[in-house]
Amino acid sequence: MANLTRKKRPVTRILHWTIFLGVIGCVPVIFGGNAYYMYVATLIGIYIITSMGLNFTLGYTGQISLGHAAFMGLGAYTVALMTLNGYSFWLALPLGVLITFVAGLALGLPSLRVKHHYLALVTLGFGTVIYLLFSNEYEITGGFSGLPGIPRPSFFGLDLSSDIAFYFLVAAFLVLLTGIALWILNSRWGRAFKAIRENDMRAEMVGVSLLTYKLLAFAIGAAYAGIAGGLLAPLMKFVDPTSFPVHESFWFLIMLIIGGSGRFEGPFVGAIVVMLLPQFLRGTQQLYFVIFAAITLILLIFWPGGLTSLLDVFFRRVLRRNPPQFTK
Amino acid sequence: MNNILEIAGLRKKFYQLEAVAGVDFEVREGEILGLIGPNGSGKTTLFDCITGIQRPTAGEVRFMGKRITRMKPHCIYQLGIGRTFQLVQLFPGMTVLDNMIMAIQESEGTVLSRLFQMDESKDEKKAIELLEFLNIIHLKDQIAKNISYGQQKLLDMGMVLMSKPKLIMLDEPMAGVNATLGKEIAERLIELNRRGCSFLIIEHNMRVIMNLCHRIVVLDYGKKIAEGSPEEIQNNKQVLAAYFGG
Repeated sequence: MANLTRKKRPVTRILHWTIFLGVIGCVPVIFGGNAYYMYVATLIGIYIITSMGLNFTLGYTGQISLGHAAFMGLGAYTVALMTLNGYSFWLALPLGVLITFVAGLALGLPSLRVKHHYLALVTLGFGTVIYLLFSNEYEITGGFSGLPGIPRPSFFGLDLSSDIAFYFLVAAFLVLLTGIALWILNSRWGRAFKAIRENDMRAEMVGVSLLTYKLLAFAIGAAYAGIAGGLLAPLMKFVDPTSFPVHESFWFLIMLIIGGSGRFEGPFVGAIVVMLLPQFLRGTQQLYFVIFAAITLILLIFWPGGLTSLLDVFFRRVLRRNPPQFTK
Repeated sequence: MNNILEIAGLRKKFYQLEAVAGVDFEVREGEILGLIGPNGSGKTTLFDCITGIQRPTAGEVRFMGKRITRMKPHCIYQLGIGRTFQLVQLFPGMTVLDNMIMAIQESEGTVLSRLFQMDESKDEKKAIELLEFLNIIHLKDQIAKNISYGQQKLLDMGMVLMSKPKLIMLDEPMAGVNATLGKEIAERLIELNRRGCSFLIIEHNMRVIMNLCHRIVVLDYGKKIAEGSPEEIQNNKQVLAAYFGG
């Protein structure tokens, strides 16, 4: 690991972005004719955004959150309620982000006192409370009947309601949020986050304010999930509480861990694999979850670093070069 | 001579156990003060109370005339108290250089400026200078957990030096370090002290303590039982009794 280059050459960076944008652009070219495939592709983009948020909180800062489905729900319901009441999507989404950001700050507070599985329980409790709010406050949320008829947004008169147009909207957000995440994680914030994950006591002893950075990690992670939720609502054109149950948070956890927690590529690989696997295993019907669980277990036992650590092995052994590093 | 650190009536109680039972002493500017005592005499707890990891039950700690009792650890660090640990505490998954930069980055700028400051050449230069001073420059891109224990110990000390602290507190800097490296560490300490840094050192190696320290404070059962020059301490009956019994 000695010769990892710390400063990436701009050429490599441009190459990575080109590949990334190329893949995003190719999807509608190949699958554009099939509405279902486009739906799955859009959904993958949304789940990558959520897992990227969880990667901030859990992967980089080491603070477990099982409340990410709830954050996603908060974003989705904010956008749904506002757009249904005639407000613009472009006003609703920032508000949803603000709400989830503040909720993330609030959920970050217990992380200053409790750690590990205790923190998992606290965040699980938060997820449950929000879920119950969605299902029981039916005068606002419509309860289990949900909120139907959510309009898809337009952008300066450009109609984004077709599946392909909406896919590109989600893709644009994905690209933007990827850029922001790269910026944050390569800044001094990123280093402070990692320091807290690696040794929070020592971090405090070198001047890191745990209050500031833990809350930030939770709030940024929550805001990402909020944006994802805000995109999910117009994609489905419908929200109801069953989209955001507590066990949905575990799916994000699985995506992150299968992909590689604390690795920048982790959420991308994880979300794609977790979302595509059911498509290939559809023939197995009820056995699907058993097979999925078995694959997850095998992966975790042999490659606890997730699929990205397998990619590392591929780069080192087969290509005989260092794997790309996206964050310091 | 001014006092850089003053400890007055400091107590720390863990339920029924009084780990620190009313300790008073001061560290003078520019001195190396040794803190010794048998195992369990409250030395590390005292360190924890000074650096803010533990909240003292009673008493006061003043640093350069400013009361720091009950302040948050990260604020105390930024005032200029650096500390190493009995068991080295690093960021094991980060590179040696990142460990070093981490030790300074929070003392500069504001939270927001840390998000936008991308140029780190100044801190990198400083880190490289210190790594050279500590003879571990060849390890700068290694992951911290992969380097040897002695090297980790040096890195730990290097991190403390990054922010140019006015007072350095070392918790058993010689423990688990071989004789050659120990000698090297001692030389570095004397060098730093000459540059004006004050020290408070916990150490069990008596030869090191007696050679290095200007004054020594002895703790036993959470109380100060003696204070004085190395010669005075060596001949103090109470100290000998605490260490050897009788």
